[in-house]
Amino acid sequence: MNLRLDIIWQEAPQFAAGLGNTVWMCAVATVLSLLFGMLMLPPLISKNAYLSRAARWLVDAGRCIPFLLLTYLVYFGLPSFGVVLDKWWAGLGTLVLYNTAYMAEILRAGWVQLPAGQTESARALGYHGFALVHRIILPQVLISVGPVIGNQMIQLIKDSAFLSIITVPELTYAANAVQSYYFVPFESFLVATLLYWVLCGGVENLVRRGERAAALVRRGHG
Amino acid sequence: MPSLAMLLDLLHGAGITVIVSGLAILAGVPLGLALAAGRTGQAPLIRSACALYSSFVRAVPVVTFVLLIYFGLPRLGFALNPLPAAILALVLNTAAFNSEIWRAAIRDFPSGQLEAARAFGMTRRVAFWRIVFPQIWRASLPTLVNEMTLLVKASPAIAVIGVVELTRKTRQISAVTYEALPPLVLAAIIYGALLALLVAGARWLEHRLTKHLRTA
Repeated sequence: MNLRLDIIWQEAPQFAAGLGNTVWMCAVATVLSLLFGMLMLPPLISKNAYLSRAARWLVDAGRCIPFLLLTYLVYFGLPSFGVVLDKWWAGLGTLVLYNTAYMAEILRAGWVQLPAGQTESARALGYHGFALVHRIILPQVLISVGPVIGNQMIQLIKDSAFLSIITVPELTYAANAVQSYYFVPFESFLVATLLYWVLCGGVENLVRRGERAAALVRRGHG
Repeated sequence: MPSLAMLLDLLHGAGITVIVSGLAILAGVPLGLALAAGRTGQAPLIRSACALYSSFVRAVPVVTFVLLIYFGLPRLGFALNPLPAAILALVLNTAAFNSEIWRAAIRDFPSGQLEAARAFGMTRRVAFWRIVFPQIWRASLPTLVNEMTLLVKASPAIAVIGVVELTRKTRQISAVTYEALPPLVLAAIIYGALLALLVAGARWLEHRLTKHLRTA
């Protein structure tokens, strides 16, 4: 068996463009879903039982749906309500929507582990609602759940490959385009999977560095 | 509008999802244990090979991995039909994740128990199956079930090579009815029910496995 890596090399710009789209979409989606997850946190941990139950139900329902099904709901289902998104907005929107539920749950788990005294003393000092979450809870929770958010980002990168099915030209789509044109499936998908490996390895590396930095800050050397 | 015929059609797709995921779980859990044994064993070459495999497969999207198996394997001389290729891809994928779960359980196992078992004259193999395995199996079950739910949610990836499971079925139905929403919403409910069943089954199993540990 001879590997036709010359074809892959010749089509490197297409792989690079696909990788570029995967990277920017995932980066933007991570930031946005984390922000929306933060907005979901106050209702999730609210003392109001109706509010927290509604938020809980939304987050749980979101985490039950496979990513591809949610993509279909956004891309093919929303037009039934008169909302027509092109593949880019549908792809990015689905990434954000799907991961918001996970980010909210990750932040809530971090909040549960926070000593109750933190919230109680903040309440005693007059903090409540948004200011309580924003000033006291979030900064501590974000540091403690940093690695979990990194793992979720890796999950997000891997889910983004589903977007090739609605023809978003990301990395898997590029690999599929090259393989069907030249009929070099093994080489093409092998290179794509190796690129994903490198990308996820990079995220893991960043998380490890962040963890070390956070440990320094907590010990007071930062 | 949703109809009984549509529901039956979707349940047919759900059947494929259940069979493929079920087979992947049945093969992937023991395969993961074998990989974990390789990684915690004494042969350095096997250790690094298992570590490399687990690191690579866990970083690759399931869609891309399914495509690699189905379109790539024929170049190495194995041509598979879509369904076996889909099952193989999911087995290889979930085994890598399961191996991490087993490895963590083996690493955290108190070494004193193993030493005591060896002192009683058990061989490594007997000590593993009699002493280590029953305990790490109980300890790992919740995490393994978590991975099973992730597998069910990743299973629509096999639609990319033409296997008509639950998610792809929704597209087939709306190609006929020109209504996208009803099958999608029904499918979402079916996925929710499948995952709830899986988690409830796991709770029941966990309850049974730990029965003798509780005081009446």
